[in-house]
Amino acid sequence: MENLSNYLVISSILFSLGLFGVVTRRNGVAVLMGVELILNAANLNFLAFARFGGMNMSGHVYALFVIVLAAAEAAVALAIIINIFNNFNTINIDDVSEMKQ
Amino acid sequence: MISNNFITNACLLILFLPLVAFLINIFFGKRLPRQGDWISIGAIITTLVLSLSLFIGMLSNWDYKFSHEIYFSWIDLGAFKVDLGFWIDNITIVMLLVVSLISSMTHIFSLEYMKGDIRYNRYYAYLGLFTFSMNGIVLANNLMSLYIFWELVGVSSFLLIGHWFEKNSAADASKKAFLTNRVGDIGFFIGIMLMFTAIGSFNFQQLFSGVSNGMISGSLLTFAGLGLFMGAVGKSSQFPLHIWLPDAMEGPTPVSALMHAATMVAAGVYLTVRLFPIFTPDALLVIAYVGGFTAIFAATIAITQNDIKKVLAYSTVSQLGYMILAVGVGNYVAAFFHLLTHAMFKACLFYGSGSVIHAMHHSLHELHDDDTDPQDMRNMGGLKNKMPITSLTMTIATLAIAGVPLFSGFLSKDAILAGTLYFVDRHPEHLVLALFGFGAAAITAFYMFRLIFLTFYGEPKMPKVFEGIHESPKVMTYPLIILATLSFFIFYTLPYFNPFADYGWFTKLIKATNSAVPGNPTAKEIYDGVHYAHYTAMTLSFIVASVGIGLSFLTYYKKKLSPEIWTKRFGILHKLSLNKYYFDENYNRFFYQPFLKLCNAIAYVDWDLYDKYFINGFGHITKLLSKITGRLDYEGLDQTLVDGIGKTANNAGKNLKTVQTGRLQNYMLFALIGVIIILVFQAT
Repeated sequence: MENLSNYLVISSILFSLGLFGVVTRRNGVAVLMGVELILNAANLNFLAFARFGGMNMSGHVYALFVIVLAAAEAAVALAIIINIFNNFNTINIDDVSEMKQ
Repeated sequence: MISNNFITNACLLILFLPLVAFLINIFFGKRLPRQGDWISIGAIITTLVLSLSLFIGMLSNWDYKFSHEIYFSWIDLGAFKVDLGFWIDNITIVMLLVVSLISSMTHIFSLEYMKGDIRYNRYYAYLGLFTFSMNGIVLANNLMSLYIFWELVGVSSFLLIGHWFEKNSAADASKKAFLTNRVGDIGFFIGIMLMFTAIGSFNFQQLFSGVSNGMISGSLLTFAGLGLFMGAVGKSSQFPLHIWLPDAMEGPTPVSALMHAATMVAAGVYLTVRLFPIFTPDALLVIAYVGGFTAIFAATIAITQNDIKKVLAYSTVSQLGYMILAVGVGNYVAAFFHLLTHAMFKACLFYGSGSVIHAMHHSLHELHDDDTDPQDMRNMGGLKNKMPITSLTMTIATLAIAGVPLFSGFLSKDAILAGTLYFVDRHPEHLVLALFGFGAAAITAFYMFRLIFLTFYGEPKMPKVFEGIHESPKVMTYPLIILATLSFFIFYTLPYFNPFADYGWFTKLIKATNSAVPGNPTAKEIYDGVHYAHYTAMTLSFIVASVGIGLSFLTYYKKKLSPEIWTKRFGILHKLSLNKYYFDENYNRFFYQPFLKLCNAIAYVDWDLYDKYFINGFGHITKLLSKITGRLDYEGLDQTLVDGIGKTANNAGKNLKTVQTGRLQNYMLFALIGVIIILVFQAT
């Protein structure tokens, strides 16, 4: 159980789930959750490589950065979603595709 | 002694003062008091004074080798260099004096003769232009500037002959003079260019040294010399280009005296005198024959003319022929001597005829008779009593032209005939030249006295007109008196007083130079030969002049011989002479008309064939071609290719814009697909 490929498989599954959520969800918050899953998959990778690859402590530091970044991203993205809701009275992203011709 | 500096300044003034007078008079003459004639007269009198001081300087110098040359660079293009400048020697100084003297006389004479003329100021302006250009010819030290002034003289001649251009005959005469001179000038120009190509200079001195160095020789030099002589043939009205001078008498009489008797027509002689060293023996022979033939040929025409000015015109042609003959036989100093004496007595004769015509014209005017010709000698007669000064001065000049001893013409004609005799002595096969010379002398004496007897003696032919004749005013008679005085021998033989001597200041100061062409006799040989033939020539010329005058006296004064009977006896000859040997008619038939026909034919080819079919055809073809290319360009290129690119871009945009759904998730899907494709390709 204690080897790299197991972690990579789990993180791949996590990434795919996140990507699937991002591409298929109509709800803006759900899309955001998909993005969080992708980021977590990346974090898992960083930590796995810190443990088994040669990244050592840098992997941990990157993971911490990603967590901070994800927090900031979630804050900004939620603010955008609240604004969308204020303007369109919905958070269904298909209904706010104003930029298409 | 006079300094070279003075000579330079005097020559510049002599040249340019008349030009200044011309410019002032042509632009402002009408607004000036007296229409500006005083400006012209002031300028010409200053010129005369300057020429006279140069002349006195020459006499006090007493150096026949005197020569002074000034020049400045005009065109300098490396290999092609033209200098302009003056060449002043004794010949130049004498010629300057002749030109300014006769020109001054003309200016003064015209004060009365041209009074009240509609283009008075223009007349004086043109006289200034003429004097300027004639002095330019005289002073020139090279063929180029001589040619320029030569043409300027032609222009002023054209302007003055056509002064009364309202008369068709005057307008035609001016055109004829100009065009006939053109024919000669073409030859002149060819001659100049031949000399220039061979020697590379226009300067006289360099031409002479070039010829003596053999840079041009043989038949090429003969051709070049004959080309240059052609200019003289045109300007000096020699056979066969003599036709313009008699017609030029349509101009005002003082102009005829100045240009068509004394100075301008002498320019041709002056040119041959100047260029004498470059003529080959062959060229000189042609020159001698042209001159000799012209001398006798024009004299025979002069016998039968009735217009007083026509007689003088043919007499001028004949005398110019004499001068050319003298150049041809090598005695060119005699030619220049005759030019000098002839200028005086012929100008006097022309002023005299002007005075007579003026009087006749006024008398006819008062009788309101516009049909009678005031120039026809058949309407005159007995004028001696009414016009004593004119009659006396004209008689003196006639004695001079007839070659009577004690008069200037005797000296110069004698010199020419002596030169001719010496030439015939060396070349007996050319005896006819001497016959030309002596024959012309006899005929000249005859017709000149015919003129005098018909005009001044006998019964008045028209008594009514005769009553109204008056002697001309002083401004007209004074020039006559001055010029008649200058027709006496004494002014040419000073400081010696022997009227039969062949020496004097002229022969001492103006000496011939050797010809630059090998084969010609040296100046000394000619001088000795002429000296040797001198007495024979004198005796013979005295005899022929006496015969001419005697015949004239018997026919027209004593009426012992009836001109009518003699006319009948020489019916055909008389008719030929009266009609000037039908030269104008024959030129018309054999040159002008065929030439006109040729021109018309060429015009037909050019306009009706070439222009209409060839040039216009090109137009049609071009139009057709441009239509085709227009269609190709518009429909083929613009519509299909250029617009096609635009349309393609447009369509592509239209179709591709549907890809932009505006759905983020679609884009993401595309990005995912793209990444997958990249990974797949990387893995393989």
